[in-house]
Amino acid sequence: MATNQAAVVGTHADQHDPALLHHFATKEQQKNSASLGMWLFLGQEVMFFGGMFCAYLVYRYKYFGDFGSASQTLNIWYGAINTGVLLCSSLTVVLAVRAAQLNKRKALTVWLLLTIVLGLAFLGIKGIEYAEKFQDHHIPGPTFAYHGTVPSHPNQQVDPHHAEIYFSLYFAMTGMHALHMIIGVGLFGTLAFWAWRGKYSANYYTPIENAGLYWHFVDIVWIYLFPLLYLIDRHR
Amino acid sequence: MATAAPVELGERESYLNAGHGFKSWLLTRDHKRISMLYLLSVTFFFFIGGIFALLIRLELLTPAGDLVQSDTYNKLFTMHGQVMVFFFLIPAVPAVLGNFLIPIMIGAKDLAFPRINLLSWYFYIGGGLLMVYTILVGGVDTGWTFYTPLSTEFANTHVITAILGIFLAGFSSILTGLNFIVTIHRMRAPGMTWNRLPLFVWSHYATSIIQVLGTPVVAITLVLVALERLFHLGIFNPQLGGDPLLFQHLFWFYSHPAVYIMILPGMGIVSEIVCCFSRKRIFGYQAMAMAVLGIAVLGFLVWAHHMFVAGISVYSALVFSLLSYFVAVPSAVKVFNWTATMYKGSISFQTPMLYAFGFIGLFTIGGLTGLFLACLGVDVHVTDTYFVIAHFHYVMVGGMVVAYLGGMHFWWPKISGRMYPEFWGKLAALIVFIGFNLTFFPQFILGYMGMPRRYHAYPAEFQILNVLSTAGATVLAVGYLLPMIYFVWSMRYGPIAPANPWNAAGLEWQIPSPPPTENFEEEPVVTWEAYNYEDLGAVPEKQEVSVGH
Amino acid sequence: MFSRLPFWPDAASTNATHVDALYIFLVMVSAIMTVLIFATLVFFAVKFRKRPGVKPEQIEGSKILEITWSTIPFGVFLAFFVWGAVIFFQERTPPQDATEVYTVAKQWMWKFEHAGGQREINELHVPVGRDVKMIMTSQDVIHSFYIPAFRIKQDVLPGRYTTEWFHATKPGTYHLFCAEYCGTEHSGMIGWVVVMDPRDYQAWLTTGGGNQPMTDTGAKLFSDLGCVMCHRADTPGRGPSLVGIYNRPVQLEDGRTIVADDNYIRESIMEPNAKVVKGFRPIMPTLQGQISDDQLNELIAYVKSIGQSQMTEPETTQQPASAAGAAPTGQ
Repeated sequence: MATNQAAVVGTHADQHDPALLHHFATKEQQKNSASLGMWLFLGQEVMFFGGMFCAYLVYRYKYFGDFGSASQTLNIWYGAINTGVLLCSSLTVVLAVRAAQLNKRKALTVWLLLTIVLGLAFLGIKGIEYAEKFQDHHIPGPTFAYHGTVPSHPNQQVDPHHAEIYFSLYFAMTGMHALHMIIGVGLFGTLAFWAWRGKYSANYYTPIENAGLYWHFVDIVWIYLFPLLYLIDRHR
Repeated sequence: MATAAPVELGERESYLNAGHGFKSWLLTRDHKRISMLYLLSVTFFFFIGGIFALLIRLELLTPAGDLVQSDTYNKLFTMHGQVMVFFFLIPAVPAVLGNFLIPIMIGAKDLAFPRINLLSWYFYIGGGLLMVYTILVGGVDTGWTFYTPLSTEFANTHVITAILGIFLAGFSSILTGLNFIVTIHRMRAPGMTWNRLPLFVWSHYATSIIQVLGTPVVAITLVLVALERLFHLGIFNPQLGGDPLLFQHLFWFYSHPAVYIMILPGMGIVSEIVCCFSRKRIFGYQAMAMAVLGIAVLGFLVWAHHMFVAGISVYSALVFSLLSYFVAVPSAVKVFNWTATMYKGSISFQTPMLYAFGFIGLFTIGGLTGLFLACLGVDVHVTDTYFVIAHFHYVMVGGMVVAYLGGMHFWWPKISGRMYPEFWGKLAALIVFIGFNLTFFPQFILGYMGMPRRYHAYPAEFQILNVLSTAGATVLAVGYLLPMIYFVWSMRYGPIAPANPWNAAGLEWQIPSPPPTENFEEEPVVTWEAYNYEDLGAVPEKQEVSVGH
Repeated sequence: MFSRLPFWPDAASTNATHVDALYIFLVMVSAIMTVLIFATLVFFAVKFRKRPGVKPEQIEGSKILEITWSTIPFGVFLAFFVWGAVIFFQERTPPQDATEVYTVAKQWMWKFEHAGGQREINELHVPVGRDVKMIMTSQDVIHSFYIPAFRIKQDVLPGRYTTEWFHATKPGTYHLFCAEYCGTEHSGMIGWVVVMDPRDYQAWLTTGGGNQPMTDTGAKLFSDLGCVMCHRADTPGRGPSLVGIYNRPVQLEDGRTIVADDNYIRESIMEPNAKVVKGFRPIMPTLQGQISDDQLNELIAYVKSIGQSQMTEPETTQQPASAAGAAPTGQ
């Protein structure tokens, strides 16, 4: 097992640091704790999304063709643009952390705001996609209607029930993802405010770093969602 | 009992009187105060769940369903299960005793994230309020297991509010686990190596891993059930192409490890008590620590043993049966190690030790009957019968609740600064033991005879065992009420407790009873091994032991 | 062996005696372990109680002991596992020529239809000394078919078949319970299994509401619903021939080969495009919503019977991938 940490009797300078919470002995202990906490939180998020991925994989295998057909009603360009948007936003996040490390208050605030803009762009495009699905009557529930054929099998009609399962999972997974994005945007809004007020510096930027971890996680979830939901059977 | 001159509690500042008024409690960041908030709330829910249990047992006195209507009965057992599992069994030991003791045991001032600790409690309360609301507006009758398509398509009770309540309680559980893991990794005092940690801490570490990784799965599963109910989706509905077995797999993937969330902290308590009242270090410290980790990991691999007759393939069933036998081994090892700890000890029989003995015996029986259930040929006959009910009550009540009571008695002096009355403590322990066995042992027989579970009315030949069981339940209820009464009594009239009334090992006994808000005046530097009873002597009475001895 | 013991269920099937033997073994081993541990605890509590002047001995532990008391119990557990697995495998593998009874479970009753067309509700008449196989489905929620005297239980699922079989050994009347919580009248979803001497059973068959055999009713449905237009026995039609198809391997369009068991036939009727046979087009319309579960059972009984009398020797079939064994992604 890991050896115990070095003696955590605090240094004199630490004791007066306003960013040091009273129950921690050193800044380092505080920072490491916050990081570990955020990684554990992300671990449980993996399990949370994992349940839905599991359901998706089961039904993709079971209703292979029907899922392929339903997937092709999604707009691959919106999905690709959104992927690009999120990847860029992860870049702005990293640049924000860097700015904090270099004590660049204005740059930090700008990068945080840009991240928010990109996040909102993602959500906006998602909203457009959802609206399209509404037009197509692909929202699960009483208004659902689906007609289509299985890719590469033009004679085989898709069972609308199976298509509805696809869309149920589509909305559940992207909806949950979008909810996490909204939380992320709110989080970054708060951080941007405090950053502008000068709360973060090279001495203390843990919240930026950990919020960044959260944002990267939400990004990675999308990296899995996009191919699974949008790109299956496109070669057929 | 105390031999030093008792100090009037009001003169010395402790976490209990540092700050007065509702705000100082409801907005506290002190892990000890949060633990007391939890104590009040879990006791409340235990009471609610217990009342449901009494009503169930009253109905089952007669073969006919004549006390309450079928629908009401179905709500009673559903909500007994939900309240007990999610609002008592899962949180009680970690959120009350774990919260209170873990920082002190490792030499820290508080948990890593005190505000998240408080947030955990508010999530718990939010979930609890939703559950109370569900009860008040008519209840839910899906069974605590929410099997589909009954819960998604056919139940017309308040399924969604119940789900929301459980979801919030689950989030509380996740945050508590997260807090404990970070605390144990990062907040240990100098010298407090992993190998010097009390087993109570090891147990909670293993429990926390399960809480963090397992709970989210049931969270998303229940969310999907709620969505399916609202929008008639079809993910679990065969008429729409869905698979009800998918629900069961997802549900049990959490709900089996959940039972290890319930029992592991109790096992940690028993280790502390057995060592103190045998005046010995634990036999096989490494094995005991590895065993709790082993149980936590293996516990994730056995979930489908709840589904042997559900429609899974023969080959799946074989795999899960075999794996279930694997997870039984570390539990058995722990029983042997506790027993071996008593060998050549110097044993005394105060109330906590009586509960520890009770735990070891009852957990042995509960665990052995688990082997019956893991056995495919037998399980086909006894699954979904009272045999299963008896098994899980032996491990959860005979195990976890008994351990919880033992822990409450053991650490009560530390928590409250008062001693509970020893005579009543012993009496209550005896009543609990007798009442418990009378309630649940007949149910093993009922189960093998064929009485299914969740039955409102039953054939007449099952009556006599049911009457015995109900008689036991009333005795058990008395056993539970006694501590509720005398603990409260002791807050006013109990003798004042010294710092270390049991002369026990562990950092918590080196600080005053009750502790000051900051726990330690000075950060301790640990230079001794866990359970250093050779230094403390053969007497489980209070001695003055200073920090760093 | 254990008839009429108090607090012990009747043992009225071959499986029951096997399960009881294993159970007794488990009880004995558990009792020994419990007594051993309790006795040790009491012994230690007395022998090592606190006495003035006697110091406890601090013992670290013993690796040998840890290994010993890990491996020996594990060995015992493996014995439990193997014995239980053997019984389970037997109990889940219905014999080839078992008498079939179709079961439809619904809130809150059991409906049975025998091969000869006899229908029963909440009461099941079976012959002693013969293998009987239940082919079961649910109309609504999950139920569970439980006969304590036979020590068998199997969940009954909506949308698919699960099977259970038994070989009754003692005439008598035994409890039938639903063992999976299914709503308001779950505890009222009970009945009786009546095991009869062969002669009595024959008599009952003729008088017990004997209608047409299921295969006859099924044959009429096969014709009325138009199945016979595409599934022809004589010339190749738009659908595959169904002669001798039951429990035989079938090659599908997507390359897989599966066994045409009860669930496959059911699925082919309800979701025809899920598994299309190689060389045929997915043009069969679904019958979902057009026939009741009872009619579906009769239709399937007929399909299973097509060509059975004509076959002199069935090709070696694989183990019937018992309907109870299908995984969610399965056949």
